Amino acid sequence: MATVSLKNLVKNYGNLEVVHSIDLEVEDREFIALVGPSGCGKSTSLRMIAGLENISGGEIRIGDRVVNDLPPRQRNISMVFQSYALYPHMTVAENMGFSLKIAGRPKSEIEAAVAEAARTLSLENLLERRPSQLSGGQRQRVAMGRAIVRNPDVFLFDEPLSNLDAKLRMQMRTEIKKLHAKVQSTVIYVTHDQVEAMTLSDRIVIMRDGHIEQVGTPEEVFKRPQTRFVAGFIGSPTMNLREATVDDGKLAFDNGDTLPLPPQFRSAVTAGQKVVFGLRPDDLYPAGHGLHSGEAHDVHTISVPVSITEPLGNETLVFAEFAGEDWIARMLNPRDLHPGKKIDLSFDLSQAHLFDAGTEKILRS
Amino acid sequence: MDENAAHRLKSGLLKAGHLIGLFLAMAIICLPGLWIVLSSLRPTVEIMAKPPVWIPQQISFDAYIAMFSGVGQGGIPVLEYFRNSIVISVTSTVIALAVGMAGGYAFARYRFSFKSSIFLGFMLTRTVPGIALSLPLFFVYAKLGIIDTHFGLILAYVALNVPFTIWLIDGFFRQVPRDLAEAAQIDGCTRWQAFWQVEFPLARPGIASAGIFAFLISWNEFALASQLTRSTNSKTLPVGLLDYTAEFTIDWRGMCALAVVMIIPALTLTFIVQKHLVSGLTSGAVKG
Repeated sequence: MATVSLKNLVKNYGNLEVVHSIDLEVEDREFIALVGPSGCGKSTSLRMIAGLENISGGEIRIGDRVVNDLPPRQRNISMVFQSYALYPHMTVAENMGFSLKIAGRPKSEIEAAVAEAARTLSLENLLERRPSQLSGGQRQRVAMGRAIVRNPDVFLFDEPLSNLDAKLRMQMRTEIKKLHAKVQSTVIYVTHDQVEAMTLSDRIVIMRDGHIEQVGTPEEVFKRPQTRFVAGFIGSPTMNLREATVDDGKLAFDNGDTLPLPPQFRSAVTAGQKVVFGLRPDDLYPAGHGLHSGEAHDVHTISVPVSITEPLGNETLVFAEFAGEDWIARMLNPRDLHPGKKIDLSFDLSQAHLFDAGTEKILRS
Repeated sequence: MDENAAHRLKSGLLKAGHLIGLFLAMAIICLPGLWIVLSSLRPTVEIMAKPPVWIPQQISFDAYIAMFSGVGQGGIPVLEYFRNSIVISVTSTVIALAVGMAGGYAFARYRFSFKSSIFLGFMLTRTVPGIALSLPLFFVYAKLGIIDTHFGLILAYVALNVPFTIWLIDGFFRQVPRDLAEAAQIDGCTRWQAFWQVEFPLARPGIASAGIFAFLISWNEFALASQLTRSTNSKTLPVGLLDYTAEFTIDWRGMCALAVVMIIPALTLTFIVQKHLVSGLTSGAVKG
């Protein structure tokens, strides 16, 4: 068990800098997720922690050791790859015991460790099979078993569930969570799936273009995104984000439509300032079909036409046209809505987010 | 006849046609071999007969007995030739494989300047026919004093085989996912251990096939060997075949018998190695 600390970590490929001086402190036994779109540098950062990529600058510490130039085998880490990377010429048991065999441990110890890991992951009946005889989910479990057997300081996961179908992914997500509860080790988990990040991790690191945008608990990044990018990245369906101009206590959109300026932002903006107004679909709903009710919420209702609807059973996503664009609203206890029909759409302005259009940073309420 | 029956008949006929075609192709491929074996067992009159005699009237092993009965009694130094062939072919194959593995691995895994040009250069060397090289090679070897030595032929065959082994092994290493070597390094291997524990076993079919080809090329090579060897010090079996030609006669039966002696080791080796040629060993390594 160990902490992981990144200080001014940089990665260049020739003249191209792909990770720009990032800092991150991972606590002992913490489950931390690195998320971001493709090419944001999250996998590269993980591979630098693993020692599979050289670092171009900065410092990586695992526990109290600086591991900058140590080869992977001396970092006492385990890694689960997106492709599973099981050794096809070895059985499941040999795959799982490989690290101990290389370390020259006695056969009895290897067998005991493999049996223990197999029990944890329900792989007892598969130990003599080869990877080619396993299903995707089983292969993924073997890959995790191989990681556990090593008893590492830090587990690294590189998009481990991306190759699984949706149902299996959910199942394995639960297993990973249970596993972490059981083995209680530090985990760094790379994913592009924000749902995985939200459900699994203690803290989420959101990366973009080689920078860290925000680090926080799932609740923090969801409720208090610090940048426009985080606001748009976290949450499904995504937050409605629209550019507007502050004008005399109102937010004026490009086509002339307006919304009242949420009172909590009055002191944070100046007249004429270009801002980005953000509202989650949960806080935008056909009147009477919302998540919230009560006096504490500052609700503004406007009559707008429906563009399309996406019924999901217990709720319906309503795309309604306002300010020249479709806004996504979440309708609880849904009733039939037809495109073109006008509805009263409620904006819960007390939940609104406001970002500066230039810096894309949050404006403090 | 209804539609289904017609289709059944058609697919039956197609299958029969397919099998007949395969049989004919195999017959054409195997016939020369069979003819050599038959010719080694029958008298010259029958070999030269027109029209050809397919079923031998009498079979004798005289040619084989004569071959091993020593110089002067119709024999040739077959054991020396055999030894030379084995030494030269095995050594050059081992060296070509070692260089081929190192080179193939480098081409498959590393980025370096002029990579494609170097690769193309290797391939281009294969376009030059061996016989065109024999004269220049002869002059160089004569200057160096390595004509009629094992070393000289081994050197030539390594040079002949290396581009080919690199090319073949490169393809097989490319099929071994990079993740596997990385996983092995995380599991505690050094780069070297990761290669021998994981990448090498998975590329083994490719290395085995490269080995067979390199061996067969060296084993059967005639053009260069006939120029660069002189005596029993270094003459290989294909060159030894010439011992059966005299000024006015050719002993076809003896030549065929020696050819059979040559074929047997090559056939045996191929048979032994072919079990390593199981492809698809990497399936299951990564998603697929």
